[in-house]
Amino acid sequence: MYHYTEFDKAFLATRNAQFRAQVERRIDGSLTEDEFKPLRLMNGLYLQLHAYMLRVAIPYGTLNSAQMRQLAYLAEKWDKGYGHFTTRQNIQYNWPKLRDVPDMLDALAEVGLHAIQTSGNTIRNVTADHFAGAAADEIADPRPVAELIRQWSTDHPEFQFLGRKFKIAITGGAEDRAVTRAHDIGLRIIDRDGETGFQVIVGGGLGRTPMIGSVIREFLPRADLLPYLEAVLSVYNTLGRRDNKYKARIKITVHENGIDKIRDLVEQRFGERRAMFSGIDQTLLTGIEAAFSAPEFRTASTNAFDAAYAGNPVFRSWADTNLTAHKAPGYSIVSISLKAHGQTPGDASADQMRVIADLAERCGHDQLRISHEQNVILPHVHKSDLPALHAVLREHGLGTANIGLISDIIACPGMDYCALATARSIPIAQDIATRFQDLKLEHDIGALKIKISGCINACGHHHVGHIGILGLDRAGVENYQITLGGDGSDTAAIGERAGPGFSADDIVPAIERLVLAYLDLRETADETFLQTYRRLGIDPFKAALYPEARANAA
Amino acid sequence: MPRPFTPKIVTANDLLAGDVVYQTSGSDWSRHLKDAEILYDDAQAQTRLSFAEQQGAMVVGVYLADVEMGSRGPEPTHFREDFRRTGPSNYHHGKQAEAAVR
Repeated sequence: MYHYTEFDKAFLATRNAQFRAQVERRIDGSLTEDEFKPLRLMNGLYLQLHAYMLRVAIPYGTLNSAQMRQLAYLAEKWDKGYGHFTTRQNIQYNWPKLRDVPDMLDALAEVGLHAIQTSGNTIRNVTADHFAGAAADEIADPRPVAELIRQWSTDHPEFQFLGRKFKIAITGGAEDRAVTRAHDIGLRIIDRDGETGFQVIVGGGLGRTPMIGSVIREFLPRADLLPYLEAVLSVYNTLGRRDNKYKARIKITVHENGIDKIRDLVEQRFGERRAMFSGIDQTLLTGIEAAFSAPEFRTASTNAFDAAYAGNPVFRSWADTNLTAHKAPGYSIVSISLKAHGQTPGDASADQMRVIADLAERCGHDQLRISHEQNVILPHVHKSDLPALHAVLREHGLGTANIGLISDIIACPGMDYCALATARSIPIAQDIATRFQDLKLEHDIGALKIKISGCINACGHHHVGHIGILGLDRAGVENYQITLGGDGSDTAAIGERAGPGFSADDIVPAIERLVLAYLDLRETADETFLQTYRRLGIDPFKAALYPEARANAA
Repeated sequence: MPRPFTPKIVTANDLLAGDVVYQTSGSDWSRHLKDAEILYDDAQAQTRLSFAEQQGAMVVGVYLADVEMGSRGPEPTHFREDFRRTGPSNYHHGKQAEAAVR
């Protein structure tokens, strides 16, 4: 993976020293909060309900063991012994003290991590396929390009004061695991007649006005990426609305102007921008690519795996749900679930982070990924190591066999932490997971994505959940709206609202009725919830959610 | 017709620690809602809010929150304020973990 150059280290040291001085000036009264707030946000520091929160970027979701150990160290030294992995491949610390934050940032810099542009109206942390560099279906590893975008976008003077935040996601897989259609810009590495390039998608996003992005360029040659991105950003910076915060994202710019007009403007601007690029970006990219070369995969027997799979039902269950096909023979991609039933989705204790780091170092080529679905990935594990690895994971509460199942829920922090939230998310996720564990139906139900947001901003991606749950404040009471049929994959779709919301007490029984109805309605055990929904439409699910309405209508 | 005034308190977050604080009648800041000064009319509320807004060296994000009088003192009328004076529901952290919270 990429290691910081002397330039990177010097840049970060300077930036951290600046922020340390800014914190000091805030504390000694030289800066007002109005002056300080944009400075702290540019460095990832929020103020939430109960405390400050530091959001640290995990660029394109990639970590090594030393970095993971340092995240554990921060959690223990300056927080309450845990961290929260988010839907944007960041980690959030919920309890830092203002005076400690400069030390935290220095500690992060020691391992090549930072919190820059994890907030504010700038280009945010670039997210990527969490199976990058490992997936069997991959056309090319997206991470070198993601790192190039990180370097280009960090402190880019033209894009520090955009109309609104700007999120870029990139995938190199045939399957879209990075939700590229719900980002301001989504990039898909594609192959055309033997040449790799990008399909560029623009104007996707969730939040108050959810939209699926449109293809603005079917094929962009690799070398044209940065000038093309600059052209899109530049057109957005010029045309994007600044009169209304809720209409300021590029999705609204695209919607109001039409994709054809935006495309024409971008192409025109692209011509100008490309002429300004000397090719240094491609020279840089070549160096970055070398840093991401694949590890030396070993050839070994998989007998240990086969024996455990045949003889140990707990291992088999975990292997069936938590392993994904790897490009190298004899290897697997391991998803470590941070969704133990009843626990907070995405939280890991410092001890768990260290266990994961040790496993990555010992049998994972020292590589880790964080998924937008709030789990940790060991991308390169030889199958012969899996039985022992699974045993270690189980000892530390990390062996839950539920990836892609009903308890593998995305949930934003909600009103347990977030100052913007209108209702809690975490307890709803905890209750759904424990309820279906009690029912022992999880594996029978199969693939089902539930996503929960505690406000309209949709950090929990509820619009693209097969079942989405949105927590609202209705006349001073928490209320939960259900959307159905959302999809964040290649067949991306925004979920449809099912009807009136449910109280905190009624939402879990409502989800139970919905899922039991699906089990009755599916044609075969292989037909997923989403497939059944697409075959039948929303009506039978509405009937299950609102039995009284049906009774009244009868 | 304007809505009748409901009792309020001035609340904020502590600048250094970030935790929830309430303005007392002694113009100090307390971690405990029970110590908060209750404001019974709009003029008084605006005066105290303005005063609090000058305390930027100590607190951040000053605002008025509704309360009602209970047997043990002021009680939040909205769940958000109840969470703020308690802490998160997923861990025993925040104010609920401190002694003699309410």
